[in-house]
Amino acid sequence: MSFQLAMFYIFSAILVGAAAAMITVRNPVHAALCLVLAFFTSAALWIMMEAEFLGIVLVLVYVGAVMVLFLFVVMMLDVNIARLREGFIRFLPVGALVAAAMAVVMIMVVGARHFRIEPPAPAATDVGNTEMLGRLIYTEYVYPFELAAVILLVAIVAAITLTLRRRPGTRHIDPAEQVKVKREDRIRIVKMEAEKK
Amino acid sequence: MITLSHYLVLGAILFSLSVAGVFLNRKNAIVLLMCVELMLLAVNMNFIAFSHYSGDPAGQVFVFFILTVAAAEAAIGLAILVLLFRNRRTINVQDLDEMKG
Repeated sequence: MSFQLAMFYIFSAILVGAAAAMITVRNPVHAALCLVLAFFTSAALWIMMEAEFLGIVLVLVYVGAVMVLFLFVVMMLDVNIARLREGFIRFLPVGALVAAAMAVVMIMVVGARHFRIEPPAPAATDVGNTEMLGRLIYTEYVYPFELAAVILLVAIVAAITLTLRRRPGTRHIDPAEQVKVKREDRIRIVKMEAEKK
Repeated sequence: MITLSHYLVLGAILFSLSVAGVFLNRKNAIVLLMCVELMLLAVNMNFIAFSHYSGDPAGQVFVFFILTVAAAEAAIGLAILVLLFRNRRTINVQDLDEMKG
């Protein structure tokens, strides 16, 4: 067994174990942390497939942003875990059966009989993975790239409008009112006679 | 030697596990969203494997776009979840039956 194959099996075992733990643990915070472990090991596997840029993006964007968002929401919502776990045992056989059937069918299709393709030789060019991907995105796929930017913008607007809450009666300061205030609004000069001794 | 089918079988197992997760945690909306993320990860794994073994970097561009859309989806999904919890004090999927016909 070569070194690469050994590493592949180690990472795959961690990945499958983290995924299995994610769907079975009781606490949603632990589930999110298991998913983080799954993302880290997949990033390692992607780097083994010479997709360095995407592996690092997976760690930065997914672990750094999306999973932190998940953890934030999980900890913010005060949910009753016991009620959400009802029916877990009842649906365990069905879920396991469906998953096993799907896995068997898919493995029969993509198994070693049809897809026993040897890895290509390491790329001989001095163009790195990031540079290659950048060239492709900014030339051939520039239109989908701009569409992706628009999708992100729409997501920002949607997330903010969904969670924005206007509560009447709260004390807050309007900066516009503060900026356009004039001297006359604030001070009043009163003429007074000097007091006698 | 790691062949293409190694990675494809790994993706298939990951996808099946996340389908099982949808079955098991079908009341907890947060874990359902996490299972969807895991499914997308399995799909991305297949994309990168095919891209690497066929020597065509277009598959990696697709993974890039899937990551973008998945991030947007997670943000909007969690925003809906927060809104739901604020209005109904629950994230149990079974309690959300106001729109039944």
